[in-house]
Amino acid sequence: MADTQNMNSRRDALKTMFRGAGLLGLGGAAWGSTAIKLKASELTLRPPAAIDEEKFVKACIRCGTCVEACPYDTLQLANIDDHTAIGTPFFKPRLIPCYMCPDVPCVPVCPSGALDVDIIAKQIDGINTEEPDINKAKMGVAVVDQEACIAYWGIQCDACYRACPLLGEAITLEFARNERTGKHAFLKPVVHREICTGCGLCEHACITEKAAIFVLPLNVATGRVGEHYIKGWDKADEERLKNLKEEKTKKSSPEDVLNDWEYLLDDD
Amino acid sequence: MGINRRDFVKTTAVAAAATAIGISLPKNMLAANPAKPEGGWRWDKAVCRFCGTGCGIMVATKNEKIVAVKGDPAAPVNRGLNCIKGYFNAKIMYGADRLKQPLMRLGADGKFSKDGKFKPVSWKVAYDEMEKQMRKSLDELGPTGIGVFGSGQYTVQEGYAMAKLMKAGFRSNNLDPNARHCMASAVGAFIQTFGIDEPAGCYDDIELTDTVVTWGANMAEMHPVLWSRVTDRKLSDPNRVKIINLSTYTNRCSDLADVDIIFKPNTDLAIWNYIAREIVYNNPESMDQEFIDKYMQFTTGFVDTGYGMRTPDHPGFTDLERQTVKKEVAKKISKEEAVTLGYLGFKEGDTMEMKHRAKANGHWAITFEEFKKGLEPYTLNYVAGLAKGDPDEDLSSFKVKLKLLGSLYMEKNRKVVSFWTMGMNQHTRGVWVNEQAYMVHFLLGKQAKPGNGAFSLTGQPSACGTAREVGTFSHRLPADMVVANGKHREVSEKLWKIPAKTLNPKPGSHIMKILRDLEDEKIKFAWVNVCNPFMCSANANHWLKTARKMDNFIVVSDSYPGVSAKVADLVLPVAMIYEKWGAYGNAERRTQHWKQQVVPVGHAMPDLWQYIEIAKRFKLKDVWGAQKIPGLKGGLPDVLDEAKAMGYSPEDTLFDVLFANEDAKSYSWPDPIGEGFTNTEVEGDGREIMGTNGEEWNGYGFFIHKYLWEEYRTFGEGKAHDYADFDTYHKVRGLKWPVVDGKETQWRFNSKYDPYARKADVGEFAFYGKALKKIAKGNLQGIDKSAGKVDLTNKAKIFFRPYMDPPEMPDNDYPLWLCTGRVLEHWHSGTMTMRVPELYRAVPEALCYMHPDDAVKYKVAQGDLIWIDSRRGKVKAHVETRGRNRMPKGSVYVPWFDEKVLINKVCLDATDPQSKQTDFKKCAIKISKA
Repeated sequence: MADTQNMNSRRDALKTMFRGAGLLGLGGAAWGSTAIKLKASELTLRPPAAIDEEKFVKACIRCGTCVEACPYDTLQLANIDDHTAIGTPFFKPRLIPCYMCPDVPCVPVCPSGALDVDIIAKQIDGINTEEPDINKAKMGVAVVDQEACIAYWGIQCDACYRACPLLGEAITLEFARNERTGKHAFLKPVVHREICTGCGLCEHACITEKAAIFVLPLNVATGRVGEHYIKGWDKADEERLKNLKEEKTKKSSPEDVLNDWEYLLDDD
Repeated sequence: MGINRRDFVKTTAVAAAATAIGISLPKNMLAANPAKPEGGWRWDKAVCRFCGTGCGIMVATKNEKIVAVKGDPAAPVNRGLNCIKGYFNAKIMYGADRLKQPLMRLGADGKFSKDGKFKPVSWKVAYDEMEKQMRKSLDELGPTGIGVFGSGQYTVQEGYAMAKLMKAGFRSNNLDPNARHCMASAVGAFIQTFGIDEPAGCYDDIELTDTVVTWGANMAEMHPVLWSRVTDRKLSDPNRVKIINLSTYTNRCSDLADVDIIFKPNTDLAIWNYIAREIVYNNPESMDQEFIDKYMQFTTGFVDTGYGMRTPDHPGFTDLERQTVKKEVAKKISKEEAVTLGYLGFKEGDTMEMKHRAKANGHWAITFEEFKKGLEPYTLNYVAGLAKGDPDEDLSSFKVKLKLLGSLYMEKNRKVVSFWTMGMNQHTRGVWVNEQAYMVHFLLGKQAKPGNGAFSLTGQPSACGTAREVGTFSHRLPADMVVANGKHREVSEKLWKIPAKTLNPKPGSHIMKILRDLEDEKIKFAWVNVCNPFMCSANANHWLKTARKMDNFIVVSDSYPGVSAKVADLVLPVAMIYEKWGAYGNAERRTQHWKQQVVPVGHAMPDLWQYIEIAKRFKLKDVWGAQKIPGLKGGLPDVLDEAKAMGYSPEDTLFDVLFANEDAKSYSWPDPIGEGFTNTEVEGDGREIMGTNGEEWNGYGFFIHKYLWEEYRTFGEGKAHDYADFDTYHKVRGLKWPVVDGKETQWRFNSKYDPYARKADVGEFAFYGKALKKIAKGNLQGIDKSAGKVDLTNKAKIFFRPYMDPPEMPDNDYPLWLCTGRVLEHWHSGTMTMRVPELYRAVPEALCYMHPDDAVKYKVAQGDLIWIDSRRGKVKAHVETRGRNRMPKGSVYVPWFDEKVLINKVCLDATDPQSKQTDFKKCAIKISKA
């Protein structure tokens, strides 16, 4: 218990310090020679149900309430070395991952709306309920470095797969024959980004020296295919057409294009 | 609540991580680059330290450190691959809290005190105290007053030396391995069915079969490299090859399986009989009639045999414990048993007195018609109703699966391999359920053929090679011989060159009984070898208290301070696997030797040396005089006169006679096999260790490892247990015994492949095992003494065994089943793997896996810290409703690797009454929020 109290008071102290720093920062003052980072960082993993990073940094009041609510000490408040807005909550899965508490205690306590329960609200018949559904969180997405992942070497590992709270959904195993030995199979972990919440239990469990599976913020880790091409073999892919936005094209008429011909005669 | 969760995570993390984080690999490990062989490291072949698969590895050493390992590309089992335990073989050696010097509990006066604190002592002080304490127990209680906890992780030479020391030297049979907990039921069934131990087939069956059925074997986690072979076989022909996974919960084998059959604990007994009934009643054409007529005998045995518990009058039990233990002497027949034991005239509510507890092994021949009668109740409807293990599964879907299972076994041209491990072995009717596997394979003629067979997998790296083949069990001698058999004792006495009648004919205490004997003060000196019995034995509260509170002296030889070391009086630091010469034998009968690669750390010394050194402390006159043995009329005779006639002196030590005799000394050192390699026992290793006599250790001077191997293999020579010579094993990647004319044997009992079967000359097969081949005749109800005996030379047995309930089942007070087991990341009690930071981080604690609806029902939530409570004890663990093991409602699973979640405090120490193997898979518990 004594340890816990110490720990709590340590966190309190940190929190107070960050509050101060945050206020200073908002006032536009510099702290020593280091510019206080206030900007959004695309590489930071935020608590579940965080709103869009740009808005999050603006909305978060650095109060530390979410950090206090986390029963695993997963969340920390950023300090000057953390390359993100000082005083904002974030986590490093390799140290302590998000254990995906079903009651998501860190979110409803947020006073500022930086963490928004609605983002992870459990839905019944398409309507948001009061209850959270941690499986809807999108803190990031796990990425496998296939060169460093020893399962891709043929070693029977899959520690990440067995650590995954959504085992069999967010991470599945792809079986492939190992022609090198002629009688063993590869059991390769494959991440499914539409399910993966970015909790980082996989990154935490990874047994290589530096994790071969790691969580990156969704924006950083993912590419995007244009809506102009739909998979002919996947009915569900048509869903993407619903997101179709009107394409902004340059306002230039064919006449303008045609009339721009003189450069063709230039020698150089 | 939050604080609770956090608190627990913190304390557990800090306690274990403190030891784990300190581990740093030598710098030069990082430099190991196979592309630059001139870098100054040496590669040599060895074996993985962990499970029974027996993967070959290559070990790189530099400056007396293991700097790297790789899978051995030339090893037939794994061809260069490993699982993640194998991947970390190098890292297990250098944990921060590795034991490096003897530690003894000392009082303020600097002398041993049971209540003292552990302090470093010299090897001499340690051995002086050990000798004193051994003598005290021997003087007070005789040879049965001492006991040794042996191991399936002994090297062959270690196990052989300890068996020789205990049995030939101290004349005590109180040596029993932790393999009792893992393989004894398999052994029981092998001996009763085949008359000889160990599987007929080999791993090549995986590539040759069309069907893999796992019965209580989560191979995906427990035998990962073999599972990758199963996976490859499936991928090679996905439509033809079928994988069926039978388990009491959904596990990682379910991923690959075509069909997942979740059954209620203990009902595997009924499912096997359902398959047999389908064969015999509905598909008789599927039987291999010629095979059955020529090579098989139908048999059955007693059912009123108890559950291997002590009787309820034992003063050590609490009233709560007695609620279960009373079934050891009598039980009420349940509704299910009224059906399955109807052939014995039992009705629901009747009392069955356990009259054959002492004759549990008894069995006799019956006719096929009787056998068929026994199977009658096991219809699809009955078995599906009894066995369906997932309350949420539809009965009709379960029936479809059972039917499919039966039809896959029966399909004429389909090859089938059944694999099992602890699910069938850790079972209060473990021998029965093993025998039922052979029953089905025999009926179909699908045994001892390439790609066809019931195959018992092994848990430990040398459960086969040492515990079983050497015979470090309390009733065994090498090469499948037993102490109770006069001829076997005679053969052993001759080979060991000891006087006739030296060996004790009364079987000693099995591993649970050694613990019970300690509690009952029948054993007062115990030595723990290569195992962790105070953590890995069920009903642990009894044994932990016994170790600390009773009058006894416990020595633990270990590499890390585990639970057993914590409750010991003297802790001896041992050399780990690559710090000594050794050999292991895996589950497919493959024997693999390795050389000492590096000098042990600190003052740690090889186990073998520790066993042999104690032999120097006892003279023949101390142990070979007349001895009292409880329960043995007349006791053991004085054999000193005969010893003199053989040229021994009563003043000779056990060391002189058993380990440093003329034969031994003929194995000279240096030997070309050892060129360039260290041999700590034989010539010292430059560390200037002060030995057990207080003088610098400079070695025995002769090649003790080679001597022990060569002497040991004479036991099996010509008896279908043949091995190659020592030097050969140092040139090859293991050989599957019997090794005859330099050739290994892939499929035993099959004349095409097995020279012993050919030699028997009785046709395509010969089940030539010698044990238990003359048995009585009778019917389902019992023996007919007037009918005489039947001779089963070269035959095997098809047993009828009924379904019975386990002794403890969920009820109103304790409404949930508890199953325990392992996880891929950790080996056994975690003493090694929990000290590898990466493995620790991957799985830092044992969780309590349960169905999410059960969590709601018992008002606990994912991540909550809960109490798991049985009639015997309770532990705390965190709830996991997700993850690797998906439990059906009504069952929870807790792995046992974590000493902070000492789940064996909760488990019931009921055993199979024949094999004495504990059932760690079933007991009744309740849960509540902590």
